[in-house]
Amino acid sequence: MAVPKKNIRNFSIIAHIDHGKSTLADRMLELTESVAMRDMQAQLLDNMDLERERGITIKAHAVKLDYKAKDGEQYVLNLIDTPGHVDFNYEVSRSLAACEGAVLIVDASQGIEAQTLANTYLALDHDLEIVPVINKIDLPAAQPEEVAKQVEDVIGLDCEFAPRVSAKTGLNVDQVLERIVLDVPAPLEADDNKPLRALIFDSVYDSYKGVIVYVRIMDGKIKAGDTMRMMATGAEFTVVEVGYMRATSMEPAKELTAGEVGYITASIKTVRDASVGDTVTLATNPAKEALPGYRKVNPMVFCGVYPADGADYENLRDALEKLRLNDASLSFEPETSGALGFGFRCGFLGLLHLEIIQERLEREYNLDLVTTIPSVVYKIHLNNGEVVEIDNPTHYPDPALINYSEEPIVNAHIYSPQEYVGAIMDLCQDRRGIFKTMDYITPERVDISYSLPLNEIIYDFFDVLKSRTKGYASFDYEIADYQRSDLVKLDVLLNGDVIDALSFIIHSEKAYAKARKIAEKLKDNIPRQMFEIPIQIGIGGKIIARETVKAMRKDVLAKCYGGDITRKKKLLEKQKEGKKRMRHFGTVEVPQEAFMAVLKLDE
Amino acid sequence: MEKAGVYVHIPFCKSKCPYCDFYSMKLQGGMENKYSEFVAEKVRGYKENPPVLADTLYFGGGTPSLIGADNIIKITESAKEIWDFEEITVECNPSCVEDDFFNKVSSAGVNRISLGLQSAVDTERRSLGRLAGVKEAEKCIRSAQKAGIENISLDVMLGVPNQTEKTLDETLKFCTQSGATHISAYMLKLEEDTFFYKNQQKLNLPDDDFTADAYLKMVSFLESAGFPQYEISNFARKGYESKHNLKYWKCGEYLGIGPAAHSFINGKRFYYPRDIESFMNGGEPVDDGTGGDIQEYVMLRLRLKDGISYDELEKRGFGYLNRTLKKEVSIYSQHGLMDETEGGFHLTPAGFLLSNAIIAKIVSIF
Repeated sequence: MAVPKKNIRNFSIIAHIDHGKSTLADRMLELTESVAMRDMQAQLLDNMDLERERGITIKAHAVKLDYKAKDGEQYVLNLIDTPGHVDFNYEVSRSLAACEGAVLIVDASQGIEAQTLANTYLALDHDLEIVPVINKIDLPAAQPEEVAKQVEDVIGLDCEFAPRVSAKTGLNVDQVLERIVLDVPAPLEADDNKPLRALIFDSVYDSYKGVIVYVRIMDGKIKAGDTMRMMATGAEFTVVEVGYMRATSMEPAKELTAGEVGYITASIKTVRDASVGDTVTLATNPAKEALPGYRKVNPMVFCGVYPADGADYENLRDALEKLRLNDASLSFEPETSGALGFGFRCGFLGLLHLEIIQERLEREYNLDLVTTIPSVVYKIHLNNGEVVEIDNPTHYPDPALINYSEEPIVNAHIYSPQEYVGAIMDLCQDRRGIFKTMDYITPERVDISYSLPLNEIIYDFFDVLKSRTKGYASFDYEIADYQRSDLVKLDVLLNGDVIDALSFIIHSEKAYAKARKIAEKLKDNIPRQMFEIPIQIGIGGKIIARETVKAMRKDVLAKCYGGDITRKKKLLEKQKEGKKRMRHFGTVEVPQEAFMAVLKLDE
Repeated sequence: MEKAGVYVHIPFCKSKCPYCDFYSMKLQGGMENKYSEFVAEKVRGYKENPPVLADTLYFGGGTPSLIGADNIIKITESAKEIWDFEEITVECNPSCVEDDFFNKVSSAGVNRISLGLQSAVDTERRSLGRLAGVKEAEKCIRSAQKAGIENISLDVMLGVPNQTEKTLDETLKFCTQSGATHISAYMLKLEEDTFFYKNQQKLNLPDDDFTADAYLKMVSFLESAGFPQYEISNFARKGYESKHNLKYWKCGEYLGIGPAAHSFINGKRFYYPRDIESFMNGGEPVDDGTGGDIQEYVMLRLRLKDGISYDELEKRGFGYLNRTLKKEVSIYSQHGLMDETEGGFHLTPAGFLLSNAIIAKIVSIF
């Protein structure tokens, strides 16, 4: 029962974190009776545990809603959910490219935040019609009219008809659906008779069907039995099934036609064969040109991931492989560390992506991990004219061979109440930021723009920002370019041996202070052992900081007679267990916590 | 085969010392007579079919001297009907010794006294809850000697509240000049459920560095005073090492009688629960697993100054590990924690101080 194109609405919901995107989506599902109440799990679209806990959408999902509007006509509303974090900007942009409109949610108690603007601009870049919605009007601190005015002044969106809703209670959510029907354009330009061009905005691995490719059909049609071709890779597959995504199930269909949103399965083995942003066409009648905007997603942040127990190496590999089935942006390759043994060098879109993967490995695969200090990709220009890209400090070339180095720089926007401007500027200054602009969004709120080295924000920038602004500031960034920088590699030596896993690359101005801090942290976190342990931090052969872990003096059971023997034996067993959690470097034992402490240096 | 030791636990004290977690209770209502009679009867029960061949008898506590010479003799005599003892030790608290105690027990065969001195400095002793003064201790030593008991051991403690280098010196001097032949010097360990454990913040305890330094000084002082070290906490004039206690560290067998007394016989460990009533109602000992394996052997042997010999490991079928061991031992030697000898190795005093960690490491090789 195909609906005429004029009755199709393809839209996304965009919002800052916690402004209520998932809750609004849930209410829409209920209102359109897409999901039985008994199946209703709070925030249905975020179906990964982690997503629910963190209140963010990690991967995009889509759902087809049937809605009978007040004009008496039956509409199909395709809701394409977008990931709500800067690490997944590219995926957001592909989801938006699949739509004609976007619902912009703004929290009535908080107003415009960093991602409100970032996502709005992204939506405007894609020429989307934006439907503003003021949410959380049930909160005591809600100021819907002020926030509406803010949206009008700052973004320039007319908020006269913007629904004032409470997604939580469901109040006025029906108005949102009406506005979508009224304001979002139908995909009238979509032409069934042109060669197929379908935009992949997401893909998910399913152990029964293989990869499920989520597409928006821009032109043409596709049905089971067709031979589909990925325009970026040229790979071809025979379509097994096409259909629509419902809230709790897949609904197979005879065909997908222009303007529609749906899924395709074709026994595709990994999501890398169905990359987000790629265009699907038909082998028999291929489109001449792919849809614009495809690019390969490159990991920006790298770190070593090692099993705490070396015996888990294979399990870690399996787990990473499984995660990669569903996450084309995760990269990994085997790596060996003198300190940590066998593990993997993993690449991530950003720090959040890293944390999510790490947490999923630990939770879903029950792995105990040690991760090394995250690194960005540096471009090292050698004297011989060669340029090497380094994402692992271990591979840092001999300084004598280096002509100069470059590091990635981001454009960062921080939105904050104006009383924290001083604190934010101090922080950015401290992180080698270069001030660009400061705009007052409202008399109380500012948008501060800085140019910042990526390696200064991947550790803990966001945490520190939050704590210095009592949680009021929000933050967004995009990679700008590479800039020349004075970099050095810091090595940590324990008992004279370099601990490769603790090496990292840093701006030379910061090296001394950092080195001292690392030395202190290690000293505090390495328990006294049988021998004195010198801790040294060096650049090349030059030691710039040192500390000593004094030798332990006394660890002895003074009395050991008849009744003490079993007890002592059990103690020995316990000690053995404790040792398993230790990393051994020659005769030095370093507890996992010491690694963590070095990672979280700035707290 | 090495003969076993018999241990009799006397779970009575006049009062509980604030650092002690041994099983003991306040003595009241003539319980000591009933208890001793029960133990003597229990011992007689072994006569038909003795579980071990033994050559040492040890009365530990608690405060064995508190039950009086007659009770000690009663138990001793019943045991002597089964075994010939080379060494019979009674632990005494200087404040709980009746007149004529030593004469009486000596004539029953007791030839070794272990006296709970703890410290020769009265202020230190009082904070340890010890009732008697140095005078009483001296008196005990004299009368034991007079009674013909020349093997006298003194217990002292390191790392106790308010201890200084000076007070420890005083104690050690007293011990070496007192006529004692054996000294047990224990570093204080805060045992859970003791007064000290619960009040450790208020105790003015010396830190580990102090105790470690004091220990090292003590070992060399005692050595030069003619009391070489033979175990982590034990020192003796030549030939006066405790035969009974050595059995524990040489993986020997022992039969324990009394609540909280442990036994190790035929590779099996078992013990009576810490419950005098259950014991006196004929309660059976509780299984505590097996013992005597190589890990245990290594763990206990390394407590001894004699240490471990490669020959002995060879004999036990672990000679193939000797090379690995030698490598490990040489690392510890370089750091002054072990000494390599002709046919083996042993911990140095500095090594004894870290023996938990070192033993764990060495045991993990096996």
